[in-house]
Amino acid sequence: MNTVPLAFAEAASMIARGDPRLLEIIWLSVRVSLTSVTVAALLALPAGAALAVARFPGRRATIVVLNALLGLPAVVVGLAVYLLLSRAGPLGAFGILFTPAAMVVAQAILVFPLLAALTRQLVADAWGVSREQLLSLGAGTGASALALLFDLRFTLVTVVLAGFGRAIAEVGAVMIVGGNIDGVTRVMTTAIALETSKGDLPLALGLGIVLLALVLALNIVAHLVKEGAQRRHG
Amino acid sequence: MADARLLPLKLDDVSFVAGGRTILDRIDLTLEPGVRSVILGANGAGKSVLLRICHGLIAPTSGRVRWNTPETPGAPRRQAMVFQRPVLFRRSVLGNLRFALKLANVPRHEREARAHVALARVGLEGLAERPARVLSGGEQQRLALARAWMLAPEVLFLDEPTASLDPSAAREVESVIAAIHAAGTKIVLVTHNLGQAKRLGDEILFINDGRLAERAPVDTFFRQPATAEAAAFLNGELPWH
Repeated sequence: MNTVPLAFAEAASMIARGDPRLLEIIWLSVRVSLTSVTVAALLALPAGAALAVARFPGRRATIVVLNALLGLPAVVVGLAVYLLLSRAGPLGAFGILFTPAAMVVAQAILVFPLLAALTRQLVADAWGVSREQLLSLGAGTGASALALLFDLRFTLVTVVLAGFGRAIAEVGAVMIVGGNIDGVTRVMTTAIALETSKGDLPLALGLGIVLLALVLALNIVAHLVKEGAQRRHG
Repeated sequence: MADARLLPLKLDDVSFVAGGRTILDRIDLTLEPGVRSVILGANGAGKSVLLRICHGLIAPTSGRVRWNTPETPGAPRRQAMVFQRPVLFRRSVLGNLRFALKLANVPRHEREARAHVALARVGLEGLAERPARVLSGGEQQRLALARAWMLAPEVLFLDEPTASLDPSAAREVESVIAAIHAAGTKIVLVTHNLGQAKRLGDEILFINDGRLAERAPVDTFFRQPATAEAAAFLNGELPWH
């Protein structure tokens, strides 16, 4: 039996000739995950920095909850977003269930705790070192949080890329709220799951290879950004 | 118009307790403008905590810190502090200064020029575009001094500013401190370096075990310390005894 080598060969040729089905799925994946990570980062970075710098009642509890949310199962997020967005749900009027927008919502919710918790930890460490200097310069809470986010900008790039990696590699949530509709909400991970079960190994493998390469490339970029910045800025 | 100056600063019965340990014990003192006050004492005597309480970075456990005219919360600060290890941000040398000017509500179009003047005063104008974190220790500390001086503070607190520097870098830092004083800023310096206390001080505040044990003009303190603790400290610290 030589199905596996054959499937590999076919997958390689699909990638090489830029198979339109493959490209469409990859493009949707990247679009959805980029959007969700952008949305999540815009909320999570300030939130994480505020949690690190500001003192308010309930802060400790918030941090514990946030860290617990790191282990949020993707399918549970999918289910919750499904219930919210379904016709009978509170946000059903928007009618976005089974559209890429619903997948963006689910991925953003999934990635938010990761970005916020990592940001909080980084900013808290920097705050420990710079707190007295910032107070001495007359910086308030907001100015301190922004200054530290800016100071950590290179490390935060790697944090956001980690969030993108989690978003694009996730199956459960996008499967539930997107529905894996061909040409509409089929992304790399849901396509791999489906094609594998259908036995269409070349497409599944091709997507798998692209997904791996993408995640690898992201990590290389993250590493280079961090190293370059360290060399230049100390 | 009332006298709007910050100084004199009065500490009334200031104590600081941390983890059941008394760091500062009922300190009463007044810091007057003009004279360079050097806070001297052994490691762990409470010098740095005293400085932080004066600057408002920590609140005393009991007692009061009273400025002649207190700063308005939220308004630009009129006092500054330089730490043993300079805290610089991941920006250029100039960027660090612009950031401090922004926090002090200096209008954007004035920042560049003022930052350049500040750099020139500490001899760093050639390094304006360098990332601040890659400067040498002495250059970093001079940048921290430029940042503090730039805003023309009425008082400058210094916490062992040369303790992590080699002798030649320490000398450069000392000369900048002297220049800042000459330009009209009150200097309050914490050190355990006796030579530095003599070079930079007008009066000595000797802290021992969290108490203000002795206060005297520099000459008097080094010639005839009034307390046995101060005499012991001087004997212990002077290498030729």
